[in-house]
Amino acid sequence: MALSTSSNFAKPDDAFRAVVEAHRGLSDEQSADLDAALVLILANHIGDIAVLREAIALAQRRMVDASQQQQQQQ
Amino acid sequence: MAQPSKIQFGYRRHPDQDRAAGDAAHHPVVVVGAGPVGLSLAIDLAQRGQSVVLLDDADRIGEGSRAICFSKRSLEYWDRLGIGQRMVDKGVVWSVGKIFHGASQLYQFNLLPEEGHKRPAFINLQQFHAEAYLVDRVQELAAVDLRWRNKVTGLEQRNDHAVLTVETPDGPYRIQADFVIACDGARSSLRQMVGAEFAGQVFEDQFLIADVKMTAAFPTERWFWFDPPFHAGRSALLHKQPDDIWRIDLQLSRFADPAFEKQPDNVRPRIARMLGHNAFEFEWISLYKFQCRRMDKFVHGRVVFAGDAAHQVSPFGARGANSGLEDAENLAWKLDRILRRASPAALLESYHIERSAAADENIRESTRSTDFMAPNSHQEARLRKAVLSLAKETEFGKRMVNGGRLSVPSVYETPLSSADTEAWHGGPRPGTSMPDAPLVEPSGDCPYLTDAFIKAGKRFTLLAFANGADVEAPDGVGVIRIGGKGGLSDPASLVAARYDAEPGTAYLLRPDGYVAARFRRPTRAALDAALARATGHI
Repeated sequence: MALSTSSNFAKPDDAFRAVVEAHRGLSDEQSADLDAALVLILANHIGDIAVLREAIALAQRRMVDASQQQQQQQ
Repeated sequence: MAQPSKIQFGYRRHPDQDRAAGDAAHHPVVVVGAGPVGLSLAIDLAQRGQSVVLLDDADRIGEGSRAICFSKRSLEYWDRLGIGQRMVDKGVVWSVGKIFHGASQLYQFNLLPEEGHKRPAFINLQQFHAEAYLVDRVQELAAVDLRWRNKVTGLEQRNDHAVLTVETPDGPYRIQADFVIACDGARSSLRQMVGAEFAGQVFEDQFLIADVKMTAAFPTERWFWFDPPFHAGRSALLHKQPDDIWRIDLQLSRFADPAFEKQPDNVRPRIARMLGHNAFEFEWISLYKFQCRRMDKFVHGRVVFAGDAAHQVSPFGARGANSGLEDAENLAWKLDRILRRASPAALLESYHIERSAAADENIRESTRSTDFMAPNSHQEARLRKAVLSLAKETEFGKRMVNGGRLSVPSVYETPLSSADTEAWHGGPRPGTSMPDAPLVEPSGDCPYLTDAFIKAGKRFTLLAFANGADVEAPDGVGVIRIGGKGGLSDPASLVAARYDAEPGTAYLLRPDGYVAARFRRPTRAALDAALARATGHI
C-alpha cells in the first residue's frame, strides 16, 4: 500500500481543526510532547513501515523547501 | 572487596620453541585467545578431528564476571561440545524479563513461552565459570595444545600460510599455520597487525557494573528500570548470577568521573539506595563506555577474525559473547572441511557473509537499545517519554519500550542456502537455525531433536519425516528419521508443527544446525545439489 495523499476526510476542515484545538492553550514544550505522542499513535495505526517512511519523506521535503526558500531570500 | 575466582595455569615450554627460526613448526590451525570463543572453537575443531594450537597471552582466567547471559543457542552449541549440561547445572535459568518505569511495572516478557525445548531461553553464569569449564573440556582433548603466556607479537602473511612470532617467558619463537583464527578480543593485536580499520559509533554515556554478593528473594528474572526512584532520570538493571551474586548495572552521566565513581565507598550508597539495605559485599566493580563497530572483512588472507576481535556491541541484549559463540560454530565446520580439502577455501567467504550480516544486526539492535536508554537530543528524549507514557495504557507502546532486545540467532541470507521451491506455511526457512522439539526413541528414551542431531554426528544431517518412500541420504550425511519403522516418534506432534512437516518432508541441516534446504518430496538429485551448494561447490 502506498501513502494516500488524496483527500480522505469528508470534512477536511474538521480534521485540521481537531488537531489545532488539541494544541490550544499549550506551551510549545507541551505541544511538542502532544505531537510526539500523536505521531506514534498514528504511526502504529497505519502499521505499515513503507507507508510511514513515505510519510516521513513527504514531511521532510518541507524542511528542504524551507531551507531553500531561506537561501533564496538571502 | 572479595576477589572473584582466579584459576592459574602454568606456562610450559613447548618443543616448537626449540626449533631454529627458519625451521618453524607448521600447524593446520592456530587459535589466538583462550576466551569463550577461542576455547569453544578449539574444542569444536578438535572434535572434528583437527589438531589445534591455542595460544593465550595470560596464564589465568580473566577476572570479573563480565559476560553473564548465555543464550539458548549458545547452550545448544555447548551441548555439541559436550559441556552444555555443566553450564546449565551451575547457571541460573531464566526466561522472564520485567520492565519498570519509575516505581511501577510497565510490562513483562517471556523469551521462551512454549514447552518442548531442551534448553531455556538463557542462563546467567559468570564468564570465568564458563571459561573454566571450557578449559576442563579442552584438557580432555589431546588434539588441543593450549599454551599459556604465549603472546603473538608478529604476523607475516604468505600465499598459503601465515607465520606468527610468539613471545614467551623463555623468549620468542616462530610458528606457521595454514589458518590463524584471531579470537583475541576487543583490543585484538592481530587486528592491528593486519592493519584493519575498526571504526564505529562511540557512546558517551557511562555505565557502572557492580556485582554484589547478598542473599535476596528477588525472582530469577531480568529487571530493567527507566527512571527508577532509587536512580532518578537514568536506567538500571538487576540480574541474578550463581553463588548469590547479583549483577547491577546503573547508567551514569556522560560527565561522571570514572576514578571517583569506581571507588567502592562511592558505589555503596547507590546500591544501598536501590536495595534498601546495606547487607551486601562487592564482588566486582567496573565502569565502562562502549562502542558499536565491526571490521569490514572478517577474513584477511590466512587470518580469520571471530568474536569481539571482529565486532563489538553494547551489552544490552547479551549479543557480545553469544554472537562470538555463533561465529565459532559457523567457522569450525567450514574450516574443518577446507583443511580436509572437502570444500574449496572460498567457503570461508560464506563465514564473512553470514557473520558480518549477523554483526550488523547485533549492532543495529544494540544501538537502538542504547539510544532508547540514552537519548541523543531533546526530541529523542521527548519521543521516548511519549513511548513510556503510552506503554502504560497501550499494547503498542509496551512493544516500543526498548530496554534491550535479547540475542536470538540470526537468519542468514547466504549463498549456501537453496531457496524454497515448494509451498511452506511455517517451519524454519533455509538460513534459519533449527528449532528444538521433544522426541521418543523406539527404546522409550526421550531425547530432544538437538540431542538427535548430536547423535547423528554433528554433521550435514537429513531430518526426514517418513512416508514409506525414504530417500537415500548422500554419503557422509547423517539421518534423523521421524516416524516409520525404527524411526523416532513425535507423540506431541511438535516436531511436525515446528517444521511444517507432512509425510515425505525433509530438511537438510548444516553441521552448525542451520537449515540449508528443505523439500516436500526430496529426490536424491535435489539433495545432492543442495549439499553441493551448502559446501561451497556451486
